[in-house]
Amino acid sequence: MTPENRAAYWKANVRLLTILLVIWFLVSYGAGILFAGPLNAIFIGGYPLGFWFAQQGSIYVFLVLIFVYAVRMNQLDKKFDVHED
Amino acid sequence: MDLKILTIIIVGATFALYIGIAIWARAATTGEFYVAGKGVHPVLNGMATAADWMSAASFISMAGLIAFSGFDASAYLMGWTGGYVLLALLLAPYLRKFGKFTVPEFIGDRYYSQTARIVAVICLIVASVTYVIGQMKGVGVAFSSFLEVPYTWGVVIGMTIVFIYAVLGGMKGITYTQIAQYVVLITAYTIPAIFISLHLTGNPLPQIGLGSEYAPGGDPSGIALLAKLDQVVRDLGFAEYTAQKGSTINIFLLTLSLMIGTAGLPHVIIRFFTVPKVKDARSSAGWALVFIAILYTTAPAVGAMARLNLVETIQTGPVGEETSNIELSALPTWMLRWEKTGLLAWEDKNNDGRLQYYDDKNAEFAAKAEQWGWKGSELTKIDRDIMVIANPEIAGLPNWVIALVAAGGLAAALSTAAGLLLAISSAISHDLLKGVFMPRISEKAELLAGRIAMAGAILLAGWLGINPPGFAAEVVALAFGLAASSIFPALMMGIFDKRANSAGAVAGMLAGLTFTLVYIFWFKGWFFIPGTNMAPNTPDNWILGISPEAIGAVGAMVNFIVAYVVSHATAPPPEHIQHLVEDIRVPKGAGEATGH
Repeated sequence: MTPENRAAYWKANVRLLTILLVIWFLVSYGAGILFAGPLNAIFIGGYPLGFWFAQQGSIYVFLVLIFVYAVRMNQLDKKFDVHED
Repeated sequence: MDLKILTIIIVGATFALYIGIAIWARAATTGEFYVAGKGVHPVLNGMATAADWMSAASFISMAGLIAFSGFDASAYLMGWTGGYVLLALLLAPYLRKFGKFTVPEFIGDRYYSQTARIVAVICLIVASVTYVIGQMKGVGVAFSSFLEVPYTWGVVIGMTIVFIYAVLGGMKGITYTQIAQYVVLITAYTIPAIFISLHLTGNPLPQIGLGSEYAPGGDPSGIALLAKLDQVVRDLGFAEYTAQKGSTINIFLLTLSLMIGTAGLPHVIIRFFTVPKVKDARSSAGWALVFIAILYTTAPAVGAMARLNLVETIQTGPVGEETSNIELSALPTWMLRWEKTGLLAWEDKNNDGRLQYYDDKNAEFAAKAEQWGWKGSELTKIDRDIMVIANPEIAGLPNWVIALVAAGGLAAALSTAAGLLLAISSAISHDLLKGVFMPRISEKAELLAGRIAMAGAILLAGWLGINPPGFAAEVVALAFGLAASSIFPALMMGIFDKRANSAGAVAGMLAGLTFTLVYIFWFKGWFFIPGTNMAPNTPDNWILGISPEAIGAVGAMVNFIVAYVVSHATAPPPEHIQHLVEDIRVPKGAGEATGH
């Protein structure tokens, strides 16, 4: 593994996790807290949207984020040949 | 069958199962004792992590907290789940690659400093001990309210069970018991929730039911359940359920503190040392959150539906009409049963033979209520824990479900206690004894020391559970504050900033820690001694409206800034440390446990 390869892998990793953390922030702190009030004017079923994000939606998004990270990192590990065994 | 006998049978059967697992999963090496030999399948580790994480508070108290604070309780729901994103993306894979046994060990090695390691050990012990007392109290309460066993004996029985499987099996025994405990607790939690959701909305999935039309007993009302709940609580002078009540900055920072704290709690982090590979650490965090989310997305439904049930039971018709309040002689049996435990109390203040429940602290509404002859809310005590433990009775479910809830509460408390006790004992035997005082200790002697430390930690936890000190109730402020302001930033900087050095880490941890502790003690009393607080613990006195529970996130920022500035103003870390950081950033080469 060359130092350049190592650096490129790390850069790709940091880029991926930055994108995912921005989404993490937007759903929980954005939709669930800062903009929950205005979003509550919109309804999905009987749920006011802001309330839904705060007590249901953000948790589902968290789940998706972790699995997306796990899958994308497995691909990056192979691409940069840094995977285990 | 009699409820008590049924409860003894079901609780007894689960305990027998845990002991059986303990005998089957004995630990023979320090690797098995500390990290279950690093051979736990990621899905199973996820399940064990979920049980490890979900404590007596999650199982018994959270739904009640949601029931009475509505929207504002979202901070706990998001905070205690969102931390897993931080864990999976920022810590778990790298710490697994590092491949050692404990969290202080990483901090000590990465910052080539025994001081850093000892600071981490102290934070770990204070956070974990605070947390474990709550679990022991949960065990005592579960025994005394379900089995009518005295509180002290309840704690002793719980300690004995944990003693058997934790001392014998270490992390290996704990892991496999936690998997069984997860199954017990999630079954116990979801069955009553499904029936209540079915009864109130016709939909068996509580997550969907909460967003459905209110249709009690299959009778459509034409109004959504949450809208109905908003309406009935508003009619009684309370704040609307789905509306925000606290300040935005406090909810924001509380959520952030709980997330960072979750990711920094050592008993959660060490669970990711038990999986075979780096990629397993990533996916295992996802699986953990799947299993946690099943309970955490059900809890809002349990809370909202229990609150609606309670209000509708007491206020049977339009507010203000005399016959709209339930007669005391007509109260449901579950209310009479729980009154005996002292968790529920009422008083007929206006002697009208009926029960009134409303917000008598809302001056405008209280004035209106006085015209109806109401003399204060008559539901004088309602312990929020009752929302979960009385749930099966409220839903009219058979006795075996009530017995299962008792077993579920015990499973939640015992599984978390065991995880915490392992974190404490490994910090003592591995970090203090082997790491600092007796580096030449043999593996066999260290394993014995681990077992003795575990036994000691259990005795201490039990004693503190029976004689809870003032700080026991401050788990959220203290444990999450410490983990957020000291451990998380040190770990994250150690991985993401190659330039972070020993001086920076120690200065950062001490600054974050001091800042957070002083803020907490300022409002809650120095070392939680009553009467020593410098200002009353009320929103008007808090700086910018930030509660002591929410200050951990600010403490973490202080830590990050101090650590960054000091690290960059002093000499860079030695060459071999920079190589270590390079090495943990790539999965390749992760091997077996390298604890020596």
